Amino acid sequence: MKKLIRVLGVLVVLGVIALLAFIFVPVQRTGPATQLAADFKPAKGQGEYVMRAGDCMACHTNEGGKPFAGGRAIQSPMGTIWTTNITPDKETGIGNWSLDDFRAALYDGVTPNGTHLYPAMPYENYRKMSEEDIVALYDYFMHEVEPVSNKVEETKLGFPFNLRFGLRAWNWLAASYAPGFKPNAGEDEQFNRGKYLVEGAAHCAACHSPRNLFMAQDGIDETSKAFLTGGEIDGYTAPDLRGPASGPQKWTTEQTAAYLSTARNAHSTATGEMMLVVRDSLQYMTHEDNMAIAAYLKKIGTGGEQAAAAPAEPVVTETQKMLTEAKPDMPLGPRLYLDNCGGCHFVTGKGAGETFPELDGNSLVTAKSPKGLISVILHGAELPSTADRPMKLRMQGYDQRLSDEEIAALATFLREGWTNKAPAVSAADVKAVRDLAHH
Amino acid sequence: MARTEKKKDVVLVGFGWTGAIMGIELANEGLEVLALERGHDQDTVPNFQYPNMIDELKYGIRYGMMEKPANTTVTIRRSLDEEALPYRSLGTFLLGTGVGGAGTHWNGLNWRPMQSEYRLKSYVTEKFGAGVMTEDMTIQDYPMSYEELEPHFDRFEKVAGISGTAGNINGKIVEGGNPFEAPRSDEYPMPAMPSTWDGVKFRDAAKAAGYHPFPSPGGIASKDYKNEYNMQMGPCNHCGFCERYGCYNYSKSSPQTAIIDALKRKKNFEYRVNSEVLRVEKSTDGKTVTGVTYFDHKTGEEVFQPADLVILTAFALNNVHLMLVSGIGQPYDPNTNEGVVGRNYAYQITGGYTLFFKDEDFNPFIGTGANGFCIDDFGIDNIDFAKEGFVGGAYWRAGQTNGQPGRSMPLPAGTPSWGAGWKKGIGEWYGHAMSIGAHGSVMSYRGHYLDLDPTYKDRHGRPMLRMTYNWHPNEIRQTQFMKQKMEPVAKSMNPTTMQEGFKKEGAMFDVRPYQTTHNTGGTVTGDDPKTSVLNRYLQSWDCHNLFVMGANTFPQNTQYNPTGMVGGLAYWAAHAIRKDYLPNPRPLV
Repeated sequence: MKKLIRVLGVLVVLGVIALLAFIFVPVQRTGPATQLAADFKPAKGQGEYVMRAGDCMACHTNEGGKPFAGGRAIQSPMGTIWTTNITPDKETGIGNWSLDDFRAALYDGVTPNGTHLYPAMPYENYRKMSEEDIVALYDYFMHEVEPVSNKVEETKLGFPFNLRFGLRAWNWLAASYAPGFKPNAGEDEQFNRGKYLVEGAAHCAACHSPRNLFMAQDGIDETSKAFLTGGEIDGYTAPDLRGPASGPQKWTTEQTAAYLSTARNAHSTATGEMMLVVRDSLQYMTHEDNMAIAAYLKKIGTGGEQAAAAPAEPVVTETQKMLTEAKPDMPLGPRLYLDNCGGCHFVTGKGAGETFPELDGNSLVTAKSPKGLISVILHGAELPSTADRPMKLRMQGYDQRLSDEEIAALATFLREGWTNKAPAVSAADVKAVRDLAHH
Repeated sequence: MARTEKKKDVVLVGFGWTGAIMGIELANEGLEVLALERGHDQDTVPNFQYPNMIDELKYGIRYGMMEKPANTTVTIRRSLDEEALPYRSLGTFLLGTGVGGAGTHWNGLNWRPMQSEYRLKSYVTEKFGAGVMTEDMTIQDYPMSYEELEPHFDRFEKVAGISGTAGNINGKIVEGGNPFEAPRSDEYPMPAMPSTWDGVKFRDAAKAAGYHPFPSPGGIASKDYKNEYNMQMGPCNHCGFCERYGCYNYSKSSPQTAIIDALKRKKNFEYRVNSEVLRVEKSTDGKTVTGVTYFDHKTGEEVFQPADLVILTAFALNNVHLMLVSGIGQPYDPNTNEGVVGRNYAYQITGGYTLFFKDEDFNPFIGTGANGFCIDDFGIDNIDFAKEGFVGGAYWRAGQTNGQPGRSMPLPAGTPSWGAGWKKGIGEWYGHAMSIGAHGSVMSYRGHYLDLDPTYKDRHGRPMLRMTYNWHPNEIRQTQFMKQKMEPVAKSMNPTTMQEGFKKEGAMFDVRPYQTTHNTGGTVTGDDPKTSVLNRYLQSWDCHNLFVMGANTFPQNTQYNPTGMVGGLAYWAAHAIRKDYLPNPRPLV
């Protein structure tokens, strides 16, 4: 009995020590993935380019705020996360950070004082970045970014997410792989460049991969089946990029690259979060890099052959026939389509070229969550002005013109029309999205 | 208190078609360019967005897109003996305002003048003898040839996004196009738009009469399109809201669809709205200009904007007005026939037949501003002036542009204009009428001109622009000739009833009904400083760092809608400024 108590006591002590160690022993910080020559200097512009690839600006700049001064609210399922000031300001920014501190934030998700970052910062993906890019990026932030004194609001999540040390365990699951990038030896340079960007800096999986039980990205490279097969962000669906019906598989590599650099191609347009990604990040990538991303995505498609072949003759769908006949007794959904949408998207649902996107087979229209579609119908959409396509093409919103019931009928029609097959939308769904705008 | 802004390399007065063209061409040269626009900012969304824009009452009847006469207008008289009165209520022409200018609310009809029109006086004299011109006719040749302008027409058509069928490519006549057009170096950038039934009926009748119908060329997109600046258009859905409206569909060619977003990306380009230029400022020796003074409607103050190069890119009448109030160039005096600024003002003469068919349904709600079929068999090149007794010509077109009830419900003569009889007439005839129009040239004359009004001042205290204009017997003969030729074509279509609307002898210029907004001349381009304000590069003879764009540069009005020529001339002048003027600023002639 005494022995048992003693053993238990030892176990408790060990447990407490382990817990204290878990909480207080500093995290081992990952060193450089490769040793660079002592005189390594990043090429001019490389750091800014890596910043664009990593889209640092999108999260670390507040609406109307100074670049990289932080303070932007990121809505997460756990609560609001406030992004930090990453300008080289010594008081409120990262001006005192060493290269090792900087790397640890990108690779391990820890700040110099050992605080764990919330994984809204995609260090799961940044861990794949090369040492050259890390050094270039560090150099950029230290020397090219204007220091801004801006004390941002501290992130205060509710229990238990306020216990940041818990992330240590999460990191064992999500970000414990060897740092740096391992090219796929069996593939060519273009594939591996695309792979490097997609998996690393561009952190595509942060939105486009599903999350596992522990909210970590389900797979960080193409060897995982779930990798880039679609995810969810703030209630919006980030579409699948690998299935036969997905954009990168249906479109040519050139079309996918055009979508990435201009937010539009002959089939579709980028809306919502993806529009912002093009606006702030992908439009600055070289043509070769966007082609590499597109080629990589195409190669990792899971649909095989069937994806490619489009019918030689356009099929006249029942929906097209109904819209063309335009009988006075047609249901509300298609009637609203003719009155509001058909002028640009046409009875075929095919739109026109790079100006009016297709609705038939459009991943936004058929997304699991109808939130994105409803949002576009209510509030419209605007494409960013890019070097290759400067026009800020806009679709106007219909929030003033259509009721919740009407938008539900219209959205349901779109999701079931032509060759689309997606569940109906209710007036309550529409109301929920409409109410978001009134906060 | 006037404030002075930081000096720019170039200041553009007005941000419509020519302002946008000059803006992007000179910004591409790396110059600091500023466009000053008197009106508001506007873009497809939100300003033209569906369904708000397709409001006939607001825009079609109450002229929602136009400059209010209370802000800017002209005074008009019909002869030297009359006292001019302000044009207080919009009617015969409509002056736009805001970013994009008239380029936002036009119908989109886009043409290049016929070959003889560039050297009209020489052509008339050589072919028919000077005697065919009336004594007071002051027509003259353009100082540049069609061959010189051709690449710039081609460029403008490709930038603007014009749909049409070429009829003459490098001298080779192409079936289906206009066989009488001046030879073009290339196809139109987009295929012609399909026509509605009225246009097709006219096409067949014209063909049967031995004429040469072709689809009307216009800045209405027949497919998705991208121009050299990578700006985009989407295919038109024939909604029938072009003229007087901004296009909600990215389908009508405008500075917004063709240029502005590409221009806005340039850090060396800036535009300021609600900035109304009051005058161009001259240097003390009067040989150059130093910038412009504008009224900032936001702060309520006058602003001096210095610039090395000033380009007037406002509407034709405003460009002439600015030259007059700035005292640049000698104002024209019809009594002595001396002076140049304001000289050779011309308008446009139109007429046509309306045909009513009991058994035809034209579905007039389907239409575009440049819809239908045209013939050029009675164009300037094709008329024997000596035989017919006038100088000029017209193109004909049939193609409904809209079915808007307030503007487009023609009724047979004798139908009551109100009450039960009117309602009955509408019930009987709406959708059963079509028309054929003749769009005719107007020559320039000694007595038709623009000057400063001696009585009326605008809200800034400047004398208003005074227009002296009336129909001239030469144009009446021309339009009556068109009537005589059109009547048998119209009859051959067997309408239930038909009626004509051509001006007759003694017709006086009536500013109340809408006719056209094609005002030309006043600062014409020419070879001789005694008869022109601008040299062949649209550069002021008086101040070499002042260039003037627009239809005000036309020596006389052509038989066509002016935008194609205005755009072609702007690219021609931009080319000269870029290649010749900027490396060595000086008088280019």
